[in-house]
Amino acid sequence: MTQNFLMVQELAKSFPTANGKPGAPVFEDIHFSIQRGEFVCIVGHSGCGKTTILNILAGLDESTSGVVIMDGREVRGPSLDRGVVFQSHALLPWLTTLKNVEFGVRSRWPDWKASQIQAHSTKYLEMVGLGQALHKKPSELSGGMKQRVGIARAFAIQPKMLLLDEPFGALDALTRGTIQDELVSIVQATHQTVFMITHDVDESILLADKVILMSSGPYAKIAEIVEVTLPRNRTRHTIHHDPQYYKIRNHLVDFLVNRSQEYAGAELAADYDPRHPPVVRPGLAVDTHDSANVPDKPTPHQPLLHAVTKN
Amino acid sequence: MDIHKRWHAPLLSVIIFGLFLGIWYLATVPKEAAVIVDEEYAKLVGAAAATGSKTAVPNPTAVAVKLWEHIKDPFYDRGTNDKGIGIQLGYSIGRVLVGFFLAAVLAIPLGFVIGMSPLLYKALDPFIQVLKPISPLAWMPLALYTIQDSNTSSIFVIFICSLWPMLINTAFGVASVRKDWLNVARTLEVSPLRTAFQVILPAAAPTIMTGMRISVGIAWLVIVAAEMLVGGTGIGYFVWNEWNNLSISNIINAILLIGLVGMVLDAILNRLAKAVTYKE
Repeated sequence: MTQNFLMVQELAKSFPTANGKPGAPVFEDIHFSIQRGEFVCIVGHSGCGKTTILNILAGLDESTSGVVIMDGREVRGPSLDRGVVFQSHALLPWLTTLKNVEFGVRSRWPDWKASQIQAHSTKYLEMVGLGQALHKKPSELSGGMKQRVGIARAFAIQPKMLLLDEPFGALDALTRGTIQDELVSIVQATHQTVFMITHDVDESILLADKVILMSSGPYAKIAEIVEVTLPRNRTRHTIHHDPQYYKIRNHLVDFLVNRSQEYAGAELAADYDPRHPPVVRPGLAVDTHDSANVPDKPTPHQPLLHAVTKN
Repeated sequence: MDIHKRWHAPLLSVIIFGLFLGIWYLATVPKEAAVIVDEEYAKLVGAAAATGSKTAVPNPTAVAVKLWEHIKDPFYDRGTNDKGIGIQLGYSIGRVLVGFFLAAVLAIPLGFVIGMSPLLYKALDPFIQVLKPISPLAWMPLALYTIQDSNTSSIFVIFICSLWPMLINTAFGVASVRKDWLNVARTLEVSPLRTAFQVILPAAAPTIMTGMRISVGIAWLVIVAAEMLVGGTGIGYFVWNEWNNLSISNIINAILLIGLVGMVLDAILNRLAKAVTYKE
């Protein structure tokens, strides 16, 4: 496990209360890792600290304890190595689409000539289908187009890792689907390592290699890590024909609806080890019926991690 | 329908102006009763006033004639108390611009620093809150005593009254730049200087411009009063001088021109504000 691209260890965050004392931790004992080229989604109810975790990975926020190591280095403060796509797209409204992307590119390669910066930025905007809107201001763009600019800006600096904070949350279903498809193809082409927050179970199955399920806060923890075992060449139009799809989907929805509360505080299973949260592969569960929803029954050929650490 | 509506407001304006002139004219129609009060008194205050046949307030025509005289020859200079109205307005505008410019040079960078630093914001806030409500004219004696020059003192008074709106608005604008935009700059490792000029400044520019617009408005209000106090030159002194001459026509014309210049100053700043405004 030493060649993990990103390692998160013992991460915890508590915000000070009104009287200045440290409050109850929003989340604690967060351990997970991401391999190079992996797409990881984090799912959980509001208030479990997903955005805080992402901000800590981005270097925008500081953890109360714990470390984040990316590519062998501790994350301290923001870096061009990690591109961030913000939920609110966060485009600078006084700059055109092109200038918004150039703003980042100029930072990444300060020695480049203006023409080079422009060509590079244009290329990435064309990649997200905005070749026609280079000289428009963000206020002239639709919500989906703005988010595309945000994605182009993050990709254009060619970061080692991309952090997406619920990028499609504010979009209508149709636009969301189109941009998801675009993201799938870009990520597949670039082998980009991605960490993404989402509330959308279908989105996480479409995009992710593994889904981190957070229990509800305070004292939120990683309840499970669900491996999405569907083949990588997924598309939105065919994914639901795969028999694994509904097994995984049911598992995720069941967690969010029924089980996410159970993990809070002392009610944890005795064999729960935060360093190695249970890894489940509901897509590969052999049973035909509801067994996919029960994480504690490891499939015989793939023993779960927590089952191993039990002893 | 829309074309008609577009003409409604200006048409109404013209009607209101016409009504105003009509009432003014009727109110100043000379009365018939001609009773000579006293020969010597009549000599002193002017025969018309003494007989009561004419009020001291001129009718619109008299004012218009005087206005035409001023417009025809705005820049003559026949000694201290007889300068063209253009020259007087020029002095006032010059003082306002110098004072306003000096205030902007201090207030905008200082406001920027205060806005960036919550510590400084809190530390300087009591001073700003105490100094802000002081009438700029209250500074005048102190300015005259220390500077010992009436012209510079008026400029100082303009400076001090222009300072606060620009300082407060700049600090507020800088402090309330959207966190997202700053985070974008941080994740892109943009240098602090580039962040200041390419993110914070354009983001706060509309608020800063609003402060400048308020400042120039206050400055133009204050300069008239300051020049009345200090004397010598300027439109404020002109008004006071014409009061001493009891030339109501000139005073009315000066009031009109003060309003027009104020409007033009505001329009210029408004145009500049529009240029830096962005739509989110």
